[in-house]
Amino acid sequence: MSGTFLGMPAFPKAAREAVGDERLRANLRHATHTIRDKRARAVGELEDWEALREAGKQIKDHTLRHLDRYLVQLEEAVTAAGGIVHWACDAAEANRIVADLVKATGETEVVKVKSMATQEIGLNEALEAEGIRAYETDLAELIVQLADDRPSHILVPAIHRNRGEIRDIFHDTMKNWGRPAPEGLTDEPAELAEAARLHLREKFLRAKVAISGANFMVAESGTLVVVESEGNGRMCLTLPETLISVVGVEKVVPTWRDLEVFLQTLPRSSTAERMNPYTSTWTGTIDGDGPTAFHLVLLDNGRTDTLADEVGRQALRCIRCSACLNVCPVYERAGGHAYGSVYPGPIGAILSPQLRGTTSEIDASLPYASSLCGACYDVCPVAIDIPEVLVHLRERVAQGGPAVTRGEKVVLRPARGHAAERAAMRAARWVLGSPGVLRTGQRFAARTRRLHPRTLPGPGRAWSASRDLPSMPAEPFRDWWQRTNGGKGEAQ
Amino acid sequence: MRVALFLTCLNDTLYPDTGKAVVKLLTRLGVDVDFPMAQTCCGQAHYNTGYRHEAEPLALHFADVFTGYDAIVTPSGSCAAMVRELYPRMGERAEAEGRGGTLSAHLAPVVPATYELTEFLVDVLGVTDVGAYYPRTVTYHPTCHGLRSLGLGERPYQLLRAVKGLELVELPGADECCGFGGTFAVKNADVSAAMGADKIRNAESTGAQALCAADNSCLMHLGGTMSRLKVDMRPVHIAEILASTEERSAR
Ligand code: SF4
Repeated sequence: MSGTFLGMPAFPKAAREAVGDERLRANLRHATHTIRDKRARAVGELEDWEALREAGKQIKDHTLRHLDRYLVQLEEAVTAAGGIVHWACDAAEANRIVADLVKATGETEVVKVKSMATQEIGLNEALEAEGIRAYETDLAELIVQLADDRPSHILVPAIHRNRGEIRDIFHDTMKNWGRPAPEGLTDEPAELAEAARLHLREKFLRAKVAISGANFMVAESGTLVVVESEGNGRMCLTLPETLISVVGVEKVVPTWRDLEVFLQTLPRSSTAERMNPYTSTWTGTIDGDGPTAFHLVLLDNGRTDTLADEVGRQALRCIRCSACLNVCPVYERAGGHAYGSVYPGPIGAILSPQLRGTTSEIDASLPYASSLCGACYDVCPVAIDIPEVLVHLRERVAQGGPAVTRGEKVVLRPARGHAAERAAMRAARWVLGSPGVLRTGQRFAARTRRLHPRTLPGPGRAWSASRDLPSMPAEPFRDWWQRTNGGKGEAQ
Repeated sequence: MRVALFLTCLNDTLYPDTGKAVVKLLTRLGVDVDFPMAQTCCGQAHYNTGYRHEAEPLALHFADVFTGYDAIVTPSGSCAAMVRELYPRMGERAEAEGRGGTLSAHLAPVVPATYELTEFLVDVLGVTDVGAYYPRTVTYHPTCHGLRSLGLGERPYQLLRAVKGLELVELPGADECCGFGGTFAVKNADVSAAMGADKIRNAESTGAQALCAADNSCLMHLGGTMSRLKVDMRPVHIAEILASTEERSAR
């Protein structure tokens, strides 16, 4: 894949390019509006949706509160079932563990189940550097990989591409990765799916090692769960000899009963389906069935730091359904790449600056990539109050404050470039803090109203580039109120 | 009942006609309205931009000015949501920071007493027909804070449907944000403008003569977009429609 995420331009600049790209906007608009309506219908079918949402929230909060206990329980259960557990504190450590495990098998190729965690740590690139080739088997991931592109959506990584573009990608690049695309391939969905199926089948039958993530891990039995639509994941989970699963520590749930809630809310929120076409579960190893070696890499990578933050920790409840992306008006216009992270959209705007910190330009800009309209909170199946966390992170960026970084309590300094804004906010507070000063300002503005420009200099220019300013009234309300004695002195 | 008008700093400075309309409307409905002269701003812009500590003195000032009234009425869904939803949260955060419950206690009296205008009309006064006359085709944009934070729901529509002469037409994509979002309009101007333009296109497709909302902040953004796009439609605050009568009709 080309292009790393960090070092991306800040959100407003990246978004400007996307807003100007007509084809991208049309693709995104079409895709998000279709799934949005379908989701609303699927959710509307359940009378107890609000109760399920609350239950999901409670289960996740409870688990996060006792995360240490459930992770230890999980480790014991996985080990007892014949698996091996590895702990990775950051991306580098996780990548090294996985690369060493693959090398120990003597293989130089692996097949992959779609996984956000492995993208978060840049596993494919890390394996490539060790001479190991990772093949994505999810259809959309395959498209992204073949196009040497970056994913732009959690669930539909190639959402920014339309059928014609996909045909061209298959036609031009499949041959470089294995079985070429069939002659005369058109952009019919069935033909595209068949081309992918043939290309991937070759990989499934040859692979000795598979790498996956997991949607959930059940502590009581040490079971991992992957839900998917295509069945390619299940091929990877059953055919190879060695299975390595890289999973974020927050994915654990205590019991099978808890799963019941999420197996209802996740498919309806993500693909607007009542149930996932494929729900695969695996517990350690079993003689004569499935992989004979199973490794679980438990990934922290900023998660326990996030857990330490009272307001921000709710982001760890996320089950990656992507409903918040599909309803977000900002995502719809800016596209996933503008977020500069594998987690785009509203959840990305609160998760990335917590997992990575707010020091880079892109991470400092993400908490502002929202109009705070609240649509994301409304659809979130685990009730993450995304606007609340956005405002909390804005405070961290603009004013600094206490945080936990790599397990250490630190006091963060404000991000660069906020001094002028801070001064303006203080000045505004001073004006607004005393009615007399406000009134003087209003009167001055009213008297000079004929001199006011319709466009603004400085930071205000961005406003007036696309909108006209309202004209200044001759008299502020409070002067009218006083002059007319609350309107009584004036004929109504 | 002692009722105070909280006009908001934006309306006071830029949209005094909305304030006059609220006074006229409530007076017509028999409410004795007071306008405490010491009022300024609820602090929302500060809070939402990440300056919670700068917003606290403004919230305290708000409480000083408005404590003691039975109802505080504001023609701004967004500012009503600030008081009702975010003031309690500011109090909780102060407590979590070890500053005790003083802030919460100070803000507590104004939180439940604050009403957005249409809420006050329907829930407190119990009226939906306010005797208004407005002979135009109107489409209504519910605005995010009115829609999602306050849950105004049917109230504004009920009020508009009862207006004589008014034809209410449905706005496609009504529940989508108009793209204002306070400082968002400046910090992410391109996305904000694209959202505003789409909202205006949707409004235009209804053939309405006026685009109505219960928030002048959103209307400022939308009005500015209309004017720039040369769309022949006028932004109008719901208070101005509801205050309008046959004898004295709003623009
Ligand atoms: S934040 Fe909520 S809506 Fe968004 S992906 Fe996560 S679970 Fe889904």
